[in-house]
Amino acid sequence: MDFLQLILSGLANGCVYGLIALGFVLIYKATEAVNFAQGDFMMLGAFVCIGFTNHEYMGLNFWLAVPLSILVMGALGYLFNWGILRHMFGQSQTSIVILTIAMGFIIRFLAGAIWSHEPTSLEIPFAGQEVRSGGLVLGIDEVLIVVVTAFLTLAFFLFFSRTRIGLAMQAASQNQLAAYYMGIPVRRVHSLVWGLSGMTAAVAGILFASKGAIDPSTGLLGIKAFAAAAIGGFGSLPGALLGGLIIGLVEPLASRYGPPGVSQIAPYAILLLVLIFRPGGIFSQTQRKKV
Amino acid sequence: MSTQTTTPDVVLQIDNLESYYGPIMAIRGVSLKVHDGQIVTVLGANGAGKTTLLKTISGVMDPEKGTVSMEGTQIQSMEADAIVRRGIVHVPEGREIFPLMTVAENIAMGAYTRKDRTAIAADEEMVYAYFPILKDRRTQRAGTMSGGQQQMLAIARGLMSRPKLMLLDEPSLGLSPLLTQEIFEIIVRLNKEQKVTMMLVEQNAKVALDAADYGYVMELGRIVMNDTAEVLAASKDIQEFYLGVSQDENQRGQRRWKQRKTWR
Ligand SMILES: Nc1ncnc2c1ncn2[C@@H]1O[C@H](COP(=O)(O)OP(=O)(O)OP(=O)(O)O)[C@@H](O)[C@H]1O
Ligand SMILES: [Mg+2]
Repeated sequence: MDFLQLILSGLANGCVYGLIALGFVLIYKATEAVNFAQGDFMMLGAFVCIGFTNHEYMGLNFWLAVPLSILVMGALGYLFNWGILRHMFGQSQTSIVILTIAMGFIIRFLAGAIWSHEPTSLEIPFAGQEVRSGGLVLGIDEVLIVVVTAFLTLAFFLFFSRTRIGLAMQAASQNQLAAYYMGIPVRRVHSLVWGLSGMTAAVAGILFASKGAIDPSTGLLGIKAFAAAAIGGFGSLPGALLGGLIIGLVEPLASRYGPPGVSQIAPYAILLLVLIFRPGGIFSQTQRKKV
Repeated sequence: MSTQTTTPDVVLQIDNLESYYGPIMAIRGVSLKVHDGQIVTVLGANGAGKTTLLKTISGVMDPEKGTVSMEGTQIQSMEADAIVRRGIVHVPEGREIFPLMTVAENIAMGAYTRKDRTAIAADEEMVYAYFPILKDRRTQRAGTMSGGQQQMLAIARGLMSRPKLMLLDEPSLGLSPLLTQEIFEIIVRLNKEQKVTMMLVEQNAKVALDAADYGYVMELGRIVMNDTAEVLAASKDIQEFYLGVSQDENQRGQRRWKQRKTWR
């Protein structure tokens, strides 16, 4: 029983890592840039939701605050690309990466200025409730995280394989020049991908904040999600989620059964192992070159 | 070259076009015309600027000077997607398909700028009728297709935008003579049956001039010669430099495929 709860809480953490990793991969696949502020986007999404729904702020109904926060973060992602990154088109990847790192600092500073650096909890209507089945007692927040992530995964799959704009995103990431030739407005598609990854970050942030207090430095766990994305292959959406789940599961297991401190380095140890034995990541799409 | 200005049947008119890659001037004042229903070929050796010319027309590059007009409207400063909507599609050199998508998905992406679902479905059938092999391979990942099949896919995908004018960049690149022949037959049929005007860039001057009505020869970013395809095919310069036929070899009546290879 205890073991099952351990697994569930690992899965729930893993889902959050996976969703942040998904944000990394979305942007990387589409624009070949790595957004090191993805973790901070996640944190900001959580704080935006806190701002909408907590009583000391706007006090809106939780179920209204959630879609609002997702929309706000989507718009922020879109505008970040449209207003800033778009004008750096053709610059080296390094300068774009440094820009996103700077962006992370700014987001952390702003979040601290608006919502303070104290740990804050998201007020959720189902706080502390439990799901009981058989002898099992599971936190509803953790169950919800897993369910929402599974649902989101399905939604992403349908979006990318069925919708016009989803297919255009795929096309632009596989061959940008050809996408231009087909009349796909590539720059707008890039902005939309940034919007989508902002929305994903908001969901990850809200889920994360639904099971504990957060503060502006929470975004730094984006580094773990980065490792998750690399474990999964950095170009693969299912890989990102899988990488997140692996890290999420290994952490609690390592801290329970391993020597002290090992759970902190476990994600990176796994990353190293994966990179040594499968350099392209678990889901690498490119065939490995012989020699 | 005729000196008349825009007549109703001119689909594409280019005047004094100049395009740069940074400081490198790749197109040095090109002017040309493509009439409705024609197949016009642009010949030239490696680095002559043929691809750059097509990129400038399709809007993925902006020219520094000069104009590109489609049916009387200047399009040189439009975005690439607006130009596709106007009816110009670029089938790029080296195929450039979407490798991880299936053949059917690639073809669907060709119709990205269109909304009319029934017409798109009808055009898919039309495209598959011209390229039956693509119908058989509908669910195959495009990146795993052979070079010739990818070339057919690139043309088929381009057709799906229902272009008035198709810019074809070296469709014969890397194909066997037999497959080249086959693809050029389809290009001519598309021109006749679907009324697609073609601007065809080639190094394989023989097949290009066979298919074309009119031709331009490019060297170092300039047009150095232009005439009807028959006149060009008969011209000594073209025979020597682009058909790889030198006089004495011609007398022996042998095919000079080896020499052709040197300028390819
Ligand atoms: N991206 C680029 N950056 C800088 N120079 C370029 C670039 N692309 C092409 N060039 C230069 O511009 C000139 C024209 O190139 P272009 O590709 O248009 O030639 P081409 O006629 O299509 O040749 P090919 O038959 O080999 O395809 C060449 O000198 C080439 O080196
Ligand atoms: Mg070329």
